[in-house]
Parts: sequence; structure tokens; C-alpha cells
Amino acid sequence: MSLLGIAVLVLGFILRANPLLIVLAAALVTGMAAAWSPGADAGTLAHAAVTTLASFGRAFNANRYVSVVWLVLAAIGMLEHLGLQERARTWIASVRAATVGRLLAVYFVLRQLTAALGLTSLGGQAQMVRPLIAPMAEGAAEARSGPLPDRVRFMIRAHCAAADNIALFFGEDIFIAIASILLIKGFLEQSGIIVQPLELSRWAIPTALAALAIHGVRLALLERRLRRMLSPRGERM
Amino acid sequence: MIGLPHAYAIGGVFFAASAWFSARDRSNPHRLRAGAFWALLALSFLAGDRLGDLGNGVLVVGLVVLAALGTGRSSQGTSTAEERQAGAVRHGDRLFIVALVIPATALAGTVLAKQTKWGAKLIDPAQATLVSLVLGVLVAIVVAQLWLRPDARSRAAALGAPLREGRRLLDAVGWAAILPQMLASLGVVFLASGVGTQVGRLFSEHLALDSRFAAVAAYCVGMAFFTMLMGNAFAAFPVMTAAVGLPVVVHHFGGSAAVVSAIGMLSGFCGTLMTPMAANFNVVPANLLELPDRDAPFNAVIRTQVPTALPLLAANILLMWWLAFR
Repeated sequence: MSLLGIAVLVLGFILRANPLLIVLAAALVTGMAAAWSPGADAGTLAHAAVTTLASFGRAFNANRYVSVVWLVLAAIGMLEHLGLQERARTWIASVRAATVGRLLAVYFVLRQLTAALGLTSLGGQAQMVRPLIAPMAEGAAEARSGPLPDRVRFMIRAHCAAADNIALFFGEDIFIAIASILLIKGFLEQSGIIVQPLELSRWAIPTALAALAIHGVRLALLERRLRRMLSPRGERM
Repeated sequence: MIGLPHAYAIGGVFFAASAWFSARDRSNPHRLRAGAFWALLALSFLAGDRLGDLGNGVLVVGLVVLAALGTGRSSQGTSTAEERQAGAVRHGDRLFIVALVIPATALAGTVLAKQTKWGAKLIDPAQATLVSLVLGVLVAIVVAQLWLRPDARSRAAALGAPLREGRRLLDAVGWAAILPQMLASLGVVFLASGVGTQVGRLFSEHLALDSRFAAVAAYCVGMAFFTMLMGNAFAAFPVMTAAVGLPVVVHHFGGSAAVVSAIGMLSGFCGTLMTPMAANFNVVPANLLELPDRDAPFNAVIRTQVPTALPLLAANILLMWWLAFR
């Protein structure tokens, strides 16, 4: 019965409901399903819903630290107001070798390496991608082929966000003190298996290399596609 | 010692200011709902500990109802393109330096709090990274005010600039800002109700995992799929590893626990790349980069990531199959 909450997640996904609504509904249904029995009356279920809402509220309050990171927007917003994105654009236009594919490949490798050293806060969508990487990528494309059609501009932006995520995910686990490695260690310990963080993190390296190879090919393909989309009609590059 | 309570207080002030600016933003057709949404979040940050469990639960219901009704979208701009271009020329590389102050302070604060005695007295070592990040934001704002002097015309407007401009970006992020916090809370409820053991039983009763490869594939694909539902590989890992990873792949077929769990977690990360539930990675950038399909469940960020995530999931299955049984 307690699997009804998962069913609510799947259903909400299919119906494309607001994810916040899906999550709260899944929590309440899980709590009510746990209290349900063939003879249960409405009062019992209502009581279960209220109890679940209270424990959800307690967890929400205890997890506020997850949302503290948005403070970073105050500093980034102010720097954008002062011209940070424009500066990033002009700077990259002065680097002659810069193309979208090369810029994202260099960022990918740097992001993966720094994440592997535990420096995960050096990148990020709000701190790096919006204020710096996306304007640089657009600037690199504009410096070569002039103003971009919207379709190309948005494709480039989506690739900037993707490069940051993928490099982070498949770099950070090489660092021994990252949350996911500690979670694995703790979980295995509870099951009576003792492993050292180093044993876990070294098995993250093959996948990190696979991610670099696969995404490297994708960035090379992106470069070719951009060249085709941006070359003037009839001219072959 | 600076710790989480201070970070919450500063966050509360930021959200309260966002509520004020959002409620007065006439470019947003639903400005009052947007204002109420950020006001509730400000209340949670400033007074959450005094609201009681049920009080916090009711507050969450308010947030969810406002988000489901729609909080609208602001079309208020920042400075004009000409002003920003002029600013970029005037400030030059100093803009980059101020931007780097944030991660540099976060890093230095974390190291000091964990490695030195006086650092531990200044910053709570248990929350070093988060507190240092908040400090980094404050330092960057002060440095920018002193060094770049935004809006030299009026000092009051200059002091309001970080709040006003931060609000503009927070508004772009929208309700997705609290989805990670909501998912963490859902994880707590699932754990208390024993959902994990139920899923495990479902898997072990209905799937014939009679070869090494089938077991490895079921575990990796299950990790990715459950992560897509929960929006977080951390929530999927204990469930799937207790259900398939440990009993079948490790104990029955004799795979190495270190290899299986390390690559299993990374298979979950492939799922993270493909789901709108992982809001801070997939929905927030679409909002911040103003992609035209940002409200679609599978927006351009997710669609760009899928062609990397699927081959990588296949690579994970092969790697686990090769490396775990040597």
C-alpha cells in the first residue's frame, strides 16, 4: 500500500502537473495509505493526513539549508547590472581561436577536474553558466558569424547548461569527501560492508572518462552542426 | 561563531525583499501571488523554528497552492543594454575578479573552518561550505559597492541594488527554487513509511535476474529510472541497492561491493540528467537562460542531455559487468 505514493509521482509525471503539487500529494497519499485498513473511517485517514503534513513540515524546516544557495543571485544580479555578461562577451570575442565547441570542451574538462578535487562550488548554473559561460559561447559564435538566429542562440545556451551538469556529475565522485561517496560508505556500513572512500572514488574514474569521451564527441558534432547552420547560403565551409 | 541560523536570517531578508519587489512589480499579471510566495518562504526562513511542525506543513501547502495557481512572470528589465555595455568597458576585468570572490571565499572559508582552530571559532565547521558561500556573497557585494560603485547618483539606490537585481533572477527561477527542498522532505516521509523495502520486494518478486548481465542491467536501469522519479540519486540509491544491488549483484553473483555501489550511483546520475524533477540542474538553468520552452516538462536542457545520458548509462552497465566480477 505504501507504494501508492510512487504511483502518484508516476501519474503526476504523465499528467504534467506542477512538480511541487506532485511531491506534496505523493507525501500525503503515502501517509494516508500507511494508515489505511479495510475498516478505516474518514476520521482515521484525516488524522493520518494531518500527521503526515506535520512531519513533512518538520522535514521542510530542517532542510531549509538546501535553499540558502539562492542568496548567490543577489551578487550575480548586481554584477550583471554592471555589465558582467557584456564583458564576458567582448573578452571571448578577442580570443581568436575560440569557438562554441572548443570553449565548452575546455570548460567541461576544467569543471570535471575541479569537481574531482572537491571544488564543486567553482561552477554552477547561477554562478557560472548564466553570467559567464552562456554569454561567452554566444559571443564566440557571434564573433565568427554575426548576429545569431534565436533557434541557434537557444541551442547554444542549452548546451552550456548541459556541459556544466554533466561535467559536475561525472567529476565530483572522484573526490573522496563528496556527499554521494559518504552516503555510499554509510549505507554499505549499515549493511555490514566496510569500504574506504578511496576504493569507491577510484571506481568513479572509468565512468568519468566515458563521460568525457561521449560528451567530447557530442561537442564536436555541435561544432559541425553550428558551422552548417551559420554558414551563409550556398557557401561551403 | 557564524552558523546556519545567521545564513537563514540573511536568506530570510533576501526573500522578504523579493516579496516586496515582486508584489509591486506591475509587469507581472500575478504579482500578488508571486509576492505572497516569496513572503511565505521569508517567513519560513525567519521564523520556521517557531511555527511548529503543523504550522510549517500549512506553510508548505500555501507555497504549493500559490505555485500551482501560477505566480506569473516579470518582464521588468535591468539596466539598458547601452548602460551595461558602458559598464563593461568602464569596469573591465574587475567584474570577473568580483565574480570570483564568491567561490574563492567559499573555498577559503571551508578550508579555514575545517583546518584551523580560529577558523572553527569563526565559522561553524559542520556547515562550513554553506556558511562560507553566504559570506562570499556578502564579501562580493561589499567589494562591488566600494570598488565599482554602482549607481553613484544615489547611495540608497546603490544599497538596494543587490536585493533588487537578485529578486529579478529569483523571479526567473520561480517556484523551481524550492523543489529540491520539497524532494528532500518527501524522502523523509518515504523513509518513515518504509517505501524502500516495498520497492525492493516488488523488484525481487517480479524480475527473473538469472544472469550477471541481467542483474547488473536491472540495477543500473532501476537506479536511473527511480532517480528520474525522485529527482535525486541520493534518494534512489538506498532503495535500489537494498533491493537489487546488494542481494543479487553483490551477494548472489559475487560482485565487488565497492564497484557495484560506485557505478550504481553514477547510473543514477544519468537519470538526474533526464528528469524535470531534478529542478536545480534542469529547470533552473532553462529559466535562468530564458529558453522559450522552459515550461515544458522536457525542456531544451533535458533534451540536450539525453543523448549523452543514455550512451553513458549503457557504458555504466558494461563497466560494472566487466569490473565488478574480476
